[in-house]
Amino acid sequence: MYARYIEEAGRAPGSASSLTRRQFLELTTLAGSGLTLGVLLPGCGSAGSGAGTAAPAAPLEMPFVRIAPDNTVTVISKHLEAGQGVWTGLPAIVAEELDASWEQMRVESAPAKVPLYQNNAFVPLGVHAQFTGGSTAIANSWEQLRQAGATARAMLVAAAAQQWGVPAAEVTVSDGVVAHAGSKHKASFGELAGSAAKQPVPAKVTLKDPASFKLIGREKLPRLDARAKSTGAQQYAIDVRLPGMMTAVVARPPRFGGKVKSFDATKAKAVAGVVDVVQIPRGVAVVGHDMWSAKKGREALEVTWDESGAEKRGTTQLMKEYRALARGKEALAVAQAGDADGALPHAVHRVAGEFEFPYLAHATMEPLTAVCVLGPDKCEIWAGCQMQTPDQYAAAAITGLKPEQVFIYTLAAGGTFGRRATPDSDFVSEVTSIAKATGGKYPVRLIWTREDDITGGRYRPLNFHRIEAGIDKDGKVAWRQRIVGQSIIKGTAFEPVLMKNGIDGTAVDGNAAKEYDLDHVHVSWNMPKVGVPVLWWRSVENTHTAYSKEVIIDELAQAAGEDPVAFRLKFLGKHPRHVGALKLAAEKAGWDRPFPKDKGRGRGVAVHESFGTVVAQVAEVTVSGDKITVDRVVCAVDCGIAVTPDVVKAQMQSAIGYGLSAALMGKITLTDGHVDQTNFHQYQVLRLQDMPRVVEVHIVPSTNPPSGVGEPGTPPIAPAVANAVRAATGIRLHTLPFDLAAARRASA
Amino acid sequence: MSIKLTVNGESRELDVDPEMPLLWAIRDHLELAGTKFGCGMALCGACTVHIDGQPTRSCITPVAAVAGKSITTIEGLATAAGKAVQQAWIALDVPQCGYCQSGQIMSAAALLGANPQPSDADIDAAMSGNICRCGTYVRIRAAVHQAAAGLVTPKPAGS
Repeated sequence: MYARYIEEAGRAPGSASSLTRRQFLELTTLAGSGLTLGVLLPGCGSAGSGAGTAAPAAPLEMPFVRIAPDNTVTVISKHLEAGQGVWTGLPAIVAEELDASWEQMRVESAPAKVPLYQNNAFVPLGVHAQFTGGSTAIANSWEQLRQAGATARAMLVAAAAQQWGVPAAEVTVSDGVVAHAGSKHKASFGELAGSAAKQPVPAKVTLKDPASFKLIGREKLPRLDARAKSTGAQQYAIDVRLPGMMTAVVARPPRFGGKVKSFDATKAKAVAGVVDVVQIPRGVAVVGHDMWSAKKGREALEVTWDESGAEKRGTTQLMKEYRALARGKEALAVAQAGDADGALPHAVHRVAGEFEFPYLAHATMEPLTAVCVLGPDKCEIWAGCQMQTPDQYAAAAITGLKPEQVFIYTLAAGGTFGRRATPDSDFVSEVTSIAKATGGKYPVRLIWTREDDITGGRYRPLNFHRIEAGIDKDGKVAWRQRIVGQSIIKGTAFEPVLMKNGIDGTAVDGNAAKEYDLDHVHVSWNMPKVGVPVLWWRSVENTHTAYSKEVIIDELAQAAGEDPVAFRLKFLGKHPRHVGALKLAAEKAGWDRPFPKDKGRGRGVAVHESFGTVVAQVAEVTVSGDKITVDRVVCAVDCGIAVTPDVVKAQMQSAIGYGLSAALMGKITLTDGHVDQTNFHQYQVLRLQDMPRVVEVHIVPSTNPPSGVGEPGTPPIAPAVANAVRAATGIRLHTLPFDLAAARRASA
Repeated sequence: MSIKLTVNGESRELDVDPEMPLLWAIRDHLELAGTKFGCGMALCGACTVHIDGQPTRSCITPVAAVAGKSITTIEGLATAAGKAVQQAWIALDVPQCGYCQSGQIMSAAALLGANPQPSDADIDAAMSGNICRCGTYVRIRAAVHQAAAGLVTPKPAGS
């Protein structure tokens, strides 16, 4: 039995980091399930307390918190850490209510277990699953972990009161020290853990008044994973090594929807190091002693594909079909108020636009990877799992085991942005299928190459939007919008619970009807059936709905001769948080001061709510020839209480970079059903020199419960930049990624 | 064929396909997992190691080409510049998912080893081959500058 998650933080120099990986594994093998390396290794304890010797050698174990005799406090994270900072934010919530010292905090991944570790944000929708997504990790854990921290604190206090023979009400806890002033008693958490574990769990605890928070909201709370991630010590699924482990790569159909007709493994098996070639539902797996042999084996493999059911259209053709749909009358109504059709002809200022959005790959830096050990009555999976429950059920279905016989060990993921949350558990299913096809005779590690990743589908859906908007003499706006794009949830297990009246919110939400107070609005949707698999991509539908909305509203402001910020504010009367974020961004950007228009400079703004968080951004650009340089971004975010403000800022910076990558260069195209891009030379992504030199993030003060920050920073950046480019050049950018030369030609 | 090389100061011997990229020899055979696979085409920099001090993409470097050479991976990074870079990375909380950061740090350490006071343009040139999908670039730039500031040692009086 291997430790399910290894937090090899190595905070004490020379502890974990000095071990070889093999020693490390042996240690964790001995440890048994449920214990972490951090607890076992000498030297890994927290500095300062000196608890160990006299303390009762027992931890206080609770579902979300473990206080160990060595004085470490380990928070059990039910959420995947993929960079968004939950391994810092979740411990901060517990540490606050516990009055722990930040230095004693640790974190480990929870096992796959529902309902205990389900994501409570989705329970009202009828989804009872453990997963990380929709920017919900902090929001849905907020009450749960405050309770957990306060409960552990109460048990420590009760233990101290009992030991010292003093009233519990007189016992204080501060910065990891439990004390009684009158008797001058003091103890560390570690010293009290054993007796705290024997105290009754209080039925009710009192949570802190947010005004007295010490850790939550502290400007800089160091990330718990920064050291491991700066020393090469952080373990990802791709780093897992098990005795006798083999490595697999999979040959998949060259076009989506293709199937294996036949294959000849002779040449593949002749490659030194190749041990098995097996067919699985998604292709043919080549298994070797190491990655190199598996990869060479796959190159030698001969597969004949059945492409009778494959998608053979290219993106040029698809876009043409989408455009025709958008111009047609038939569509599903998404939102309706007033009479847009009747009001539009009376508008005194009108704008219209047709928008094209390409498929986008997530391109996580760690390619999809999972390790599987399959036994007769047990299946173990190591992966950067974003959807533990669906993954567990998928593996159970493949192996014929019960879900509770599938053990998922969630490791840190090298990025996800939605990619590791596939409703059909694509890569977890693959590794399980390979383990099954090879009879479980060895542990098997599946690695996707970058080419597998870029050509592998699960893209942000291709989209076409058509908008006509106008403003009448009384300042009333009429807005008619058609959205054409594939559904993400249609045909998945989520369809029955998330698809409402035939509408997929992950295709159409975040449109103008929700975001602005408009008198006349009509939004409709066409859902084309295309064989290219699509998925949520950091901020999902908002990647396109925010764009067309914020560009058209800006063009409408321009048509009306009004200031873009002032114009937006007129239609945000029912959206006070939009107003707050927009005003803060404008103020910090110096919006009220004239912006120099010489030298190709321009300034633009956008505001958007997604996942319960409102973000406004002001972008300043320089256009030189056809090159767009984003010089400065000022971002304001209202995410309720900012639990870890520096992580919030990091997420805004990150989301701006991710969104800029899509705006400036991101594009997956297909020709006759074949993906044209294979690696980073063709699927270009943002690099350091493309990142704005200045990215300022300002947090709107709030006493509301926290909302998410992983995704909401992405939607506003592309429209803010497009609006800045239009301010600089007069050129409207309605096709992504931006191609200023093409846009100039189109407008000429 | 046996290939001898020095990794993080230790003599190591590898009996692998000489065409095997150094990356996979390091990861799968020497069991040093800090060096990451990102693209296999020297396009993303996640696999960056130092070969005789020079930053090199190990994913396209055949192991035979480094026979007899000295390789430093993130696990063995011990130069003053390397330590300064790692300290700055931790102090500024640069990493998010962290996966690319070994490569970022190896590139930054090599940059500061050769050019202790780089300009923004120098940083662009040295770091443009390292992709970070989390977009930690703002902090990477700041951390390189902070590490450079930490490397400045006052000149002895009279020199």
